[in-house]
This record gives sequence, C-alpha cells and structure tokens, in this order.
Amino acid sequence: MKWLTLLMLLPLAGAAVIAVLPKGNEKAAKQSALVTTLVVMTATIAMAVGFQRDNVDLQFVEKYSWIPSFGINYALGVDAIALVLILMSTILAPVVVLAGWNEAHGGRWSVKTFYILILVLETMMIGVFAATDVFLFYVIFEAMLIPVYFLIGGYGSGERSAAAVKFLIYSLVGGLLMLASIIALYVMSGAQGGHTFDINKLSQLQMSSMTQNLLFLGFFIAFAIKAPVWPFHTWLPDAAQSATPGTSVLLLGVLDKVGTFGMIRYCLTLFPEASKTFTPVILILAVISIVYGAFLAISAKDIKRLIAYTSISHFGFITMGIFAMTSQGQSGAILYMFNHGFSTAALFLVAGWMISRRGSSTIADFGGLQRVAPVLAWTFFLAGLSSLALPGLSSFVSEFLVLVGTFTRYPVHAIIATFGIVLAALYILIPVQKALHGPTTPGNENLKDLNLREKLAIAPVIAIIVVLGFYPSPLLKVINPAATHVISQMGFTDPAPTNGGK
Amino acid sequence: MDASNYLYISALLFTIGAVGVVVRRNAIVVFMCIELMLNAANLSFVTFSRINGDLNGQIMAFFTMVVAACEVVVGLAIIVTIYRSRRSASVDDASLLKR
Amino acid sequence: MNTSQSLVYLIALPLAGAALLLLGGRRTDKWGHLLATALSASSFGVGLYQLSQMLGRSTEARPVSQKLFEWINVGTFNVDAGLLLDQLSICFVLLITGVGTLIHVYSISYMSHDHDRRRFFAFLNLFIAAMLLLVLGDSYLSLYVGWEGVGLASYLLIGFWNQKPAYATASKKAFVMNRVGDMGLSFAIMIAFATMGTVSFAGVAEQVENTSEAALTGMGIMLLIAAAGKSAQFPLQAWLGDAMAGPTPVSALIHAATMVTAGVYLITRSNFVFDAAPTAQLLVVIVGAITLMFGALIGTAKDDIKKALAASTMSQIGYMILAAGLGPVGYAFAIMHLLTHGFFKAGMFLGAGSVMHGMNDEVNMRKYGALRKFMPITFATFGLGYLAILGVPPFAGFYSKDMIIETAFNAGGVKGIILGSVTLLGAGITAFYMTRVMILTFTGTKRWDEDAHPHESPWLMWLPMAVLAIGSVTSGFLLSRGDALVNWLHPLFEHHEEHEHHLLEPIVVSGLALTMVAIGVAIAFVKYSRQEVANIAPENVSVFTKIARQDLMQDRFNEAVFMRPGQALTTTLGATDEAVIDGTVRGVGQLAMSSGSALRGLQNGFVRSYAALILVGAVALIAAIWVVVQ
Repeated sequence: MKWLTLLMLLPLAGAAVIAVLPKGNEKAAKQSALVTTLVVMTATIAMAVGFQRDNVDLQFVEKYSWIPSFGINYALGVDAIALVLILMSTILAPVVVLAGWNEAHGGRWSVKTFYILILVLETMMIGVFAATDVFLFYVIFEAMLIPVYFLIGGYGSGERSAAAVKFLIYSLVGGLLMLASIIALYVMSGAQGGHTFDINKLSQLQMSSMTQNLLFLGFFIAFAIKAPVWPFHTWLPDAAQSATPGTSVLLLGVLDKVGTFGMIRYCLTLFPEASKTFTPVILILAVISIVYGAFLAISAKDIKRLIAYTSISHFGFITMGIFAMTSQGQSGAILYMFNHGFSTAALFLVAGWMISRRGSSTIADFGGLQRVAPVLAWTFFLAGLSSLALPGLSSFVSEFLVLVGTFTRYPVHAIIATFGIVLAALYILIPVQKALHGPTTPGNENLKDLNLREKLAIAPVIAIIVVLGFYPSPLLKVINPAATHVISQMGFTDPAPTNGGK
Repeated sequence: MDASNYLYISALLFTIGAVGVVVRRNAIVVFMCIELMLNAANLSFVTFSRINGDLNGQIMAFFTMVVAACEVVVGLAIIVTIYRSRRSASVDDASLLKR
Repeated sequence: MNTSQSLVYLIALPLAGAALLLLGGRRTDKWGHLLATALSASSFGVGLYQLSQMLGRSTEARPVSQKLFEWINVGTFNVDAGLLLDQLSICFVLLITGVGTLIHVYSISYMSHDHDRRRFFAFLNLFIAAMLLLVLGDSYLSLYVGWEGVGLASYLLIGFWNQKPAYATASKKAFVMNRVGDMGLSFAIMIAFATMGTVSFAGVAEQVENTSEAALTGMGIMLLIAAAGKSAQFPLQAWLGDAMAGPTPVSALIHAATMVTAGVYLITRSNFVFDAAPTAQLLVVIVGAITLMFGALIGTAKDDIKKALAASTMSQIGYMILAAGLGPVGYAFAIMHLLTHGFFKAGMFLGAGSVMHGMNDEVNMRKYGALRKFMPITFATFGLGYLAILGVPPFAGFYSKDMIIETAFNAGGVKGIILGSVTLLGAGITAFYMTRVMILTFTGTKRWDEDAHPHESPWLMWLPMAVLAIGSVTSGFLLSRGDALVNWLHPLFEHHEEHEHHLLEPIVVSGLALTMVAIGVAIAFVKYSRQEVANIAPENVSVFTKIARQDLMQDRFNEAVFMRPGQALTTTLGATDEAVIDGTVRGVGQLAMSSGSALRGLQNGFVRSYAALILVGAVALIAAIWVVVQ
C-alpha cells in the first residue's frame, strides 16, 4: 500500500471538496477541513503501527520516475525521525483546525480559501519529511512558503503583509543557497557515475573538504534560517506576532522542524566531515540561541513574540542535541522536536484564545485572568510549565536528555545551556503573573472561559504532554535506533564514563 | 565607385536621424527621424548585398520596410490619439508612464 | 532487595486526590476537602503498614523497592521509574503523611470560609504526592521529579491568594530561586552520569570508590547548591521569608516541616558522595553554620510572627545541614532534629495560624499581647513547642539539638571549636527571639486594634496542634531512647568508630547550652517583659536592628547583583536584537530599496532621454568592441 502518497493525497482531496462547496457555506468548509485532517491523522497512526522500529532503513518506500532526463524521481520513504515528525504534524493539524474555528474570519480572502491553504500545507508538511529525492525535497521546501505566505499575509493581524514578506524573503535566501548546493551536488554526481538526486547515492560522493564545507554551509544556512538559529531568527517573532494562532502553531511547530530535521537528514548524511568541522561553531550558535532567546523572551511585551522567543531558545536545545553526537543528545533532540510541537501548540492556542477574547496581545493588558476564566488560565499555566520543562511533563525528558548527552562530550556548553532553565522559569512565570494573577484588570471582567470546542481541542495536546512526561518509552523506542544509527554513521560512539579521571 | 561611400552616407543619415530623435520634441518629426534611421540601415544592407554579391542584404531591407510600414501604422495611430486627447504632439508632454 | 507492590499507593492515593479535585471542578466542592484528608490519612496508613513490615524483617532485609515502569532509556542512560523505601525514607514518609494529615484536618476549619478551599486541598494533596516521590525515588532523576514537583506545589500554595500582587511575586521568587537550586541538581546528575555512567542511588554508591575526588567534589557542591535552594540555605535563602505569603497551614507543612528539609534529605541520601569528598563536606558545614546564624539574627528583629518563625526555620535547618556536613556521626542527628523540628515547628506555625484566625489575620506581634487568657489551648501547645525549640529538657529539641552541638564540638581541632561555638551561640539567640515571640504574643498588655475579638479556635484546629504538641514533648525522648533512631539508620551510613575523642563531656555541653538558653531568655525578658512594647516598631534603633529587619540585606544584595544587571541585560539584548541583528537584515532591504530609487531617476518618462541613453549606450558598446578588436 502506498501509504505516503495516500497521506499526501488525502488533504488535497479535502481541499478539492472544499473548493467545490457552495460559496458562503463556511461551516461546511470548516467541517470538511476537520474531517479531512482527522482522516489523515487516523491514516498516519495506522501507518505508524506498521513501522518496524528496529529497522533503520527507509520504510514505506515509493519511487517513480518524474523528470527522467535530469534523473529526478518522485521518491518517498520514512525513517523513525521522519515518521515521528509526520505523526506530530498530522496530529497537530486537526487540533489547529478545531482550535482556530473562527480565526479565518476577517481575513483578506474567504474562509474556504483559508482551509484550502491549510490542507495544501498539510500535504506539503507530509511530503517535506517523506521526500527522499533531494530535488523533490527542495521543491516542497520552497513550495511550502506559498500557503504560509498567504496564511500570514491574508489572515493575520497587525502588519501582516510586512511580516509575510519578511518571512518569504528570509526563507527564499536560505532556499537559494541550498539550491546552489543542490545543483553542485547534481553536477558532481554526473562526474561520478551518473546524474542523480537520490540522497543515498549523493551521500557517497567524493569531494574535497573545501567543496564539502561550502556545500554544507549552503544547506546549513537554509536550515538555520528555517529553524531558526541565532542570528538568523529575526523573521520568526514578526511572523508569529502577525499570523493567526493556528498558523503560528503550524509555523513554529511543524515548519521550523524542517530546519532541524534537515540538519539531521541532509547536513549530517551528505556532509559528515564538514559537519564535524563546523560542530564547534554550531554548538556555540546553539548555546547563544538558548540563552539569547530566553533573555529576549523575558523582556518581551507581546505574548506572541514571547512564545516565538522561547521557541528560539528551544530550537537552540534541539540544535545542540543534534550536533553533540551522543545517542542521548540525538534521541533527546528528536524527541524534543516532537514535544516542542505540542507544548508550543498549547501555549499558542491558549494565548490565541486569550487574545481573541481581549482584543490585545500585550501581556500588560491582561491581569487576574485566573479569577475570571479559570480553565483558560490553568491551561495556559500548564502549557507554560511544559515550556519551562517541568519534570513530569514531556519537554523535561527531551531537554534533560539533550543536556546530559551534551554534557558527556561538551560539558561547558551543557553548563551554560543549563542556565537556560532558570531563565525559562522567569520567562514563563513573569507572563503568568502578569496575565493570570493579581487583581482583575478593568476590561477583563467579562472574559469568557473556554467553551466545549476549545476544551476538546486542547485536551489531547495536554494529554500528550502529561503522558509522554511520565511514559516516553514507546516513543523513545522508535527514536533510539534511528538516533544511534545517525551517530554511528558519523563514526561516533557515546563517551564512556570517565570516572572523573581516576 | 567605391561601395564604402554608400556606407558613409548611410552613417550620416543615421546620425542625422538619431540626433533628430534626441533633440526634436514634435512626435511627427521624431517619427520621421526614426524612418530616416531605418532607411539608413536599409542603405547599409543594400550596400552589403552589393559588396558580398548575394541577396541576403536585400531580403533584410524588405523586412525592414515591412516593419517600418507596420510601425508607421501603429505609431501614427497612437500619435493621433494622443494629439486628440491632449491637444499636443510633443513627446515631452507624454511622460505619464513614469508612474 | 525485597520488593513491595504497595509502595506506589503511598504516592498514588494523594495524587489521585489532587487529580480528582482539580479536574472535578466545582462539583467536588462539597466533599473535596474530606476526600483529600482521607486520602492523605490512608497514605499515612500505608506508611504505617510499611513500617510494621519493615520492623518485622532483619536489618539487611529492611529496604524494599518497586519498579514501576521503564522511564527513560537511551543508550547507556537507563532510568526506571522505581521506588525505594528504606530506613531513611520511611522516617520522611511518616513525617510527611503524618504531619500532612494533621494539617489537612487543621485546614478544613482554617480554610472553611475560603471560596477556593477545594483547590487548596487539591494542591495539598499534590504536594504530599510530590514530596513522597522525592523521598521514595530510587534515582537522582526520580528524586528530581519530586524535587520540582514540590517546588510547583509550593509555588501554587504560596501564591494561593495571588490576586494580591505581592503574594504572586513571592511565589514567583520562591520558584525561581528554587530553580537555581534545581540547576545544581541537574549538574549533579550530569556529573554522575558522565563520570559514573549511572544516576541511581545504588549505582552511584557503588561507583564512588572508582571515581576521582575532583568529580565527587564537583557533584557534592552541586548537590549542596540544590539543597541550599530547596532548604533556604545561604546564599539561596531569600525566598523563605516572602513565602509566608501562603496560607498558614502551608507555612507549617511545606515551609517548616517537610519541603524545606528536602535539602537535608538530599545530603544524607548522598552520604556516599560527601563522605568521599571532604571539601564538599566542609562547604556543607560552612553553609549550615552561616545559615544558622543568619536565620537567628533575622529572627531577632522580625515583628511579623510568621516571618520570625520562618527565620527560625531557616536557622534550625542550618543546624541540620551542619550536622549532615559532619559526616557519618552527624547524619542521624540531622534526621533526628529534622523529625523533632517537624513536630514543634509545625505546631508553632499552626499556633500562629490559630492566633491570626482569632485576630483578623493580623500578623504583627506588636499588635498582639495578653492572648494567653483568650487562647489557652493555643498558648499551651505553642508553649510546649517553644520549650522544645529552646532545648529545655526533657522536651524534644533538647535531645536533638544537644547532640548536634556536641557532635560539632567533637569535629576536632579549630573546626570543632568554631562550629561548637556557633551552634551554642545560635542556641542562645534562638532562646532570645523565641522568648520574644512568646512575650509579645501571649503576655504583657493588650495592644490590639479595636475590631479584634480574640477567641480560641474550633476543635478541628486545636486538635492537630495538640497532637503536634505531644510530639514536641515526647518525640526527642522516644527517638533517642537507647539510640533508637541512630541504630535504625545505622546500616545506611558507613560508621567509623575511631573518633572517640570528646573535646567536652556531654554533660558539659548540655550545661553550656542551657546556660546560653537561660541568658537568651533573660535578655528577652528584660527587654520585652519589663517595659512597655510599642505597637508600632520603633524607628530610632541601632543600625544592626535595621539591617536585621531588612533580612540582613539579602534582597538588596540579590537585587543589586542579579536582578538589576539581569534587567539591564535583557533590555540591552532586546534593543540589540532590534537594532543590530534585525537592523542588519532591514539594512539589506533598505540598501536594495535606496539603490532602486536612485536608479529610478533615470526612468523620467521622457522618450527623448531614453532615446539619448540608447544612443549613448550603443555608441559606448560599439566603441568598446572596437577597442577590444583593436
């Protein structure tokens, strides 16, 4: 069964259905979108059940010739890393649709268009993780910008056009660098046994270390912008501030993961030597991201920007884990990608509800929300706790794995990064205090608490956060073989206990 | 007679046409200057045809004449239309495309 | 090791209570507090059952464990969710669930008028569960979960009335300072894994002898930082005074009897690390000694009854940490003082709550006075606790504190003399400030506000106080009779019996301590009982009093050294991000736009200038070709 193609076609089919719906029937559009995303989620879970977790090769492989004269194939396949991310994306999609039931209103275009864009985006989210042909990956990587551009620019708030353009240009610059590298790889493959874009064949290319370094940078900068890693981050706060909450969830939760996913799948696989060369620099960038993002989050006045900054900090952790080259770091980073999707989704969706009720996203405009809307407030608090990696919630497991894994090889980096956990307490508790505690600010007295639809949307997210905090092993068992495989491909083994030099 | 003299005349005619296009404001005059340049080119083509002893240059000259004819049709129509609406045939007045 | 399938119920019962009450919402308002109390009591019952089982086994077979499930398993980093109940943790289990249940009972009445009583009980149950996980976890990582869990519960309970901004700030301060300590614990775990390849208590204990002293010292110092954060020890002590913003039962349970003693638990639990790392051990002693003086000095100047008691808690935990830092001889005494302190300090806090209950939530002792007649039971129970903390024989504190002072003197050399003197002096100051609290609150003249109508509290409140008072009287005697606790804990700690050189005979130490206490009491009497007490704190006091009133400048220090620079840093980084990094990006955009608009000048719309440009361009091109060809 062609699972991956099926997964990619389902949302497109849903989009087609929405497109032919009668004009103005917004409710039907929403319902169709919800049903479609739920079907995709179910299908993904059904596929995941058949995944052989001890097999590190690509699974569910499909391959068709697409543009034969250039050796381009439509080739799909997933390893555990891609599977976990696809799973995360397809679980988040129905949550986003349900949570943002009314966020398409007041957009520049119709509600129908909004959901068509969301569904098209979902297809691409699956495709970008599943593609095993570098050209196909590149096409989807760039094509994803289109729906997101329209989602931000058409349905966002504030200076949405400017933010959308900033996002687009940033991403295009990175994409172009990557395109140059891809073309170089293609040309070299021609000289070494036939033109191809197949990632497995490309990873066996012989090239000088100078070439490898340059090509690595082309890929890495593209992914660093996407992730985003300091100093390529400034598009994210603007985009997150202007986008609708649902779009932001997809943007931070899924699209940014393409960056860190790409680092593992493309940077490490295609350029192992260059990866080693650049590891010291990248680790420093990652540590800076962690601390820097946290500091900016502490000083943020706008709640959406705050969440965006916390994400920069979290992506620092992920990047650090990837390049620490230990099985704990790698598994932790992959698990972190999954967990971050849900903790950010929780934070953003709840923040979105707060904002839509109050009509402002400035933290200082809230106050005393816990008395007025307790369920809303407690959900936000819980999401915040997940973001500050409280033990017992899912992010703790991944964050601690990253720290421990990094410590065994790069203790100094890990020590500096650990200071991030104190900063995390500050950047979560400060807005919690300002928005939820204290006397009720005038204008907030009549804010409504969560309704049934919103509770239904957030409940699965919270459940995942709590359950995976105490019982992450099912997921870790899927991730571990892949993480170990990556490490051993790079020629690394975990450092043995040092006994402190005795 | 040396064929290159035709080329000198052609260059002279072309220069006169070019200067006319740059310095004159009246659209009709500019137009006539453009025709002058085209015909200068035609003269060159014919001369080259003569020098090389084949018909390629003459064929090109016919092409040029056809193009020039089309151009006159379209160009004059535009000029007349602009004159009708703006009561002026000065090319400097027709700078609306700037914005 | 034996396994027991019932350990999990210790935690599961209160956790279920918390979950049920939080998710159940208003539906559970009517009976939520009863359920929470019952669950806490049943957890205590399970604890008693475990104790009886344990007593029935031989010494070696006493510890029991239970593996719950595989938790985190990556490469060589294998941590199971496992529980371990041994002689040390059973002491804590009984203290937590026992005192916890009493405080549940007390709170039923104390919080009866509060709109959110159900939520309060849910948090109490959450705290009990987290604290039990802390003492039952069989690895540093499981302990970490409980460690932050109690931090969360403490945050929620300190900020229970967070509609008052000051209280919300206090809770945030407590959580953040605790997180600094938690960072220490993270480091300790990382060091353990990187050097020994394991994070379980058993594994680390086994690997200690193969590990260099440098690594163990590092781990020890990190554990000390963790303990300092949780137990309000120097230099992370500043949050405890503000934590009194929470309802008084919370102060009694979390910030006196149980959570703040977690640091002592951590150090005694990690005895194998500290025994192999003398430098870290010395630091533990120093931190304990500093804090015990620090807390005592703050205690002398506080007019807020809860803050005075909080300062006293800080000081008493200083005693425990100091004892734990003295090595195998001290661990048992640290735990003994911890247990007796759990009784008398919780009792006194509940007494303070009872006083506040009768005095319209007034906390300023200068507005009390002569309450003895109006609250006889409170006076009696508080008084018994007072005698216990002073160390008057035969009350509980006498046994535990005297042992610590004695052990400190016997530490040997100059160290012993210094530590002994500090603990003695601390005992004297303790006597002074506790007598002050007694006099200001219960004796002297009435200094109340007009609308105060002091009255004795209902039986639901005084019953727990009475039980704790009985504990304050008897626990020391019971625990030290025939060295009961020392022998009970003995198998866990490596004892070296060679240090039998007594600097001072036990009887001399007791005599000295009692003399110091008598002096402290006498000074307090002269100062507060012989003269009128102003009901507004006098302003013309010595500079020392002023400093002590401001908690020895701890907040100013933190503000000047961490907060202000931190704020400056965040502001600067925010501005830099905007101006430099985003500025560079926007600069590139600006460059494209400005070069575009410069070139736009050429597009002036004049056909003739276009034509001229074309001409010039063509001529230039031809010239260029001509030059090249030539």
